[in-house]
Amino acid sequence: MSQENIKDSEVDIVIGALQSDLSSFLNEWRPIISRFHLIIVQDPDLKEELNIPEGFDLNVYTKSDIDQIVGSSGSTFFSGYSCRYFGYLLSRKKYIISIDDDCFPTKDSMGNLIDAVAQHITNLSTPATPFFFNTLYDPYCEGADFVRGYPFSLRSGVTSAMSCGLWLNLADYDAPTQALKSQLRNSRYVDAVMTVPARALMPVSGINIAFNREAVGPTLFPALKLAGEGKLRWETMEDIWSGMCAKVVCDHLGLGVKSGLPYVWRKERGSAVDSLRKEWEGVKLMEEVVPFFQSVRLPQTATTAEDCVVEIAKTVKEQLGRVDPVFARAAEAMVEWVKLWKKVESGSFPGI
Amino acid sequence: MESATAAETAAMPRGVPLLKDELDIVIPTIRNLDFLEMWRPFLQPYHLIIVQDGDPSKIIKVPEGFDYELYNRNDINRILGPKASCISFKDSACRCFGYMVSKKKYIFTIDDDCFVAKDPSGKPINALEQHIKNLLCPSTPFFFNTLYDPFADGADFVRGYPFSLREGVPTAVSHGLWLNIPDYDAPTQLVKPLERNTRFVDAVLTIPKGTLFPMCGMNLAFDRDLIGPAMYFGLMGDGQPIGRYDDMWAGWCTKVICDHLGLGVKTGLPYIFHSKASNPFVNLRKEYKGIFWQEEIIPFFQSISLPKDCTSVQKCYVELSKQVKEKLSKVDPYFDKLADAMVTWIDAWDELNPTGASAAKVANGKAK
Repeated sequence: MSQENIKDSEVDIVIGALQSDLSSFLNEWRPIISRFHLIIVQDPDLKEELNIPEGFDLNVYTKSDIDQIVGSSGSTFFSGYSCRYFGYLLSRKKYIISIDDDCFPTKDSMGNLIDAVAQHITNLSTPATPFFFNTLYDPYCEGADFVRGYPFSLRSGVTSAMSCGLWLNLADYDAPTQALKSQLRNSRYVDAVMTVPARALMPVSGINIAFNREAVGPTLFPALKLAGEGKLRWETMEDIWSGMCAKVVCDHLGLGVKSGLPYVWRKERGSAVDSLRKEWEGVKLMEEVVPFFQSVRLPQTATTAEDCVVEIAKTVKEQLGRVDPVFARAAEAMVEWVKLWKKVESGSFPGI
Repeated sequence: MESATAAETAAMPRGVPLLKDELDIVIPTIRNLDFLEMWRPFLQPYHLIIVQDGDPSKIIKVPEGFDYELYNRNDINRILGPKASCISFKDSACRCFGYMVSKKKYIFTIDDDCFVAKDPSGKPINALEQHIKNLLCPSTPFFFNTLYDPFADGADFVRGYPFSLREGVPTAVSHGLWLNIPDYDAPTQLVKPLERNTRFVDAVLTIPKGTLFPMCGMNLAFDRDLIGPAMYFGLMGDGQPIGRYDDMWAGWCTKVICDHLGLGVKTGLPYIFHSKASNPFVNLRKEYKGIFWQEEIIPFFQSISLPKDCTSVQKCYVELSKQVKEKLSKVDPYFDKLADAMVTWIDAWDELNPTGASAAKVANGKAK
């Protein structure tokens, strides 16, 4: 795989709006994102009208658009943080970059402004190396290469399907961790991108993420809804769940997942202690989720992302459905999602 | 980019030297150990094991004030007798003799062209102190933490990281990196003779279970009790068809065994400053066969499965040697010799370390 050349016109920036006033968010990101097409999806539970500054090329989707596509009963599918998946669904571009609306551009350790969008694009346009770990991390970046002992046949790498960025200030910790260490802020800038090795599982955070929609779009979906799911990241697991599916699918299809740069600055919001009092469920569920994903094996016949998701859904229903009904519902949601994805791809919704 | 001067290093506040009586520093050399002057404040409290390669009649000067034992080829032959055949001659692979004769729990090994590096703030880096931190803190091979080492100051496990895996497993190996001259193979060196590694990546991470990596022996530390017998650096140098694959071989064996026994391998910090670029043409001649053989060796290691009854490092290693003989001999008769040398190494290790402490059975970590 050689370098891809990704044009601005192939990228959609998808923002899930969980707060109505997007003016400071969009204005701070303006120098970095103004030349791209934006898709803003309003959380269907958010009643206030969105405040969006002028000067962007964008489409805004609200509850009524969601209702039109999936019916009003289906719009709970896309509530809260999951609203951005509606944007992924409707995008007509090859690449998507998605950042939470409480994250802002930040500086690297030399004081330079980080262009998170450009870094995600670089990550997706250079190969990934999941089959052997390079100790100098990304071998394709300036000033680095493969180290001695790295097999030559593995140096051309595979297509990068996902780019998982990180966060300074408020890192993506769970509620117990942040509640226990209330002063804990991430100030460590780690100047590296690396491929997460094949078969290694990881928590894929939805806060700062980019992906190749054509390759893995169907694998990022709203399916695991906690009973007490809320409007703070501490009260969700939807991205962690779909991210693990996505990693398993990438491993099966021979695609790469990168982690590391770029960083965004995540602002303070909410109280970890309050979230903890309210919601333990996500933390408990992960104990079942991880052994399950470690043992999932996809058949050779599953050659597309859609096929893989349907296979995983089957296995989730069979094995995890008995453990907790939230998994049975997730399996159904995954199947529904693939159906919806195929419908949208086939052009069954004109005018979108 | 420069290494730290002796004065800069000396100006650093002296902490308590951790594990002073439990760690040996193993250094292979053929010329002199002047580089130790630059490391004095960090390394002087520790005992050195110097393995002198090449001409045994040469006198190696060790800077004043260091406590050391030195072994040349005559010593190796005397101590091991016929088993000395497993220790390479005219190659830094001979360093593994130092691992074998050590009586300590931990080993730090460093090359004689490695100096003290500086972090981005200009502070000299105490590489040994960081290696010790890495070894004393658990590893997390079963699930990748996107914020890297969760036990580092200012970091933790991220959302979604299962609590049952947060205890981690014991760390067997700490693999450090290098600023300035990068550890490239000969072809890369020839194409990029001027490239220098100036990127300081402020992270330590656990290499996930099931993933192999190229282990460089320039700046390496390990727990001898947990993994020592797997750190055999193979047959290289004089009379051998290959060189510069000693640490690679040890790394692949070590990683497979660590994965099997539920032990962790870390890579990343600390950095040292690598000052000397070896001659790429000489390197090419040494590595040449390795570049082809590695295409067979890697799939071999990736598909190895060790039986459940291999519950000690030695048992795992002997089983590995059997599989090497069975599956790699067809690549080249060298591997047949290497498989035999692997067994000789274990025999020699057990002879020199008879108490059974280093044959400790390692229970699989709970986290499995």
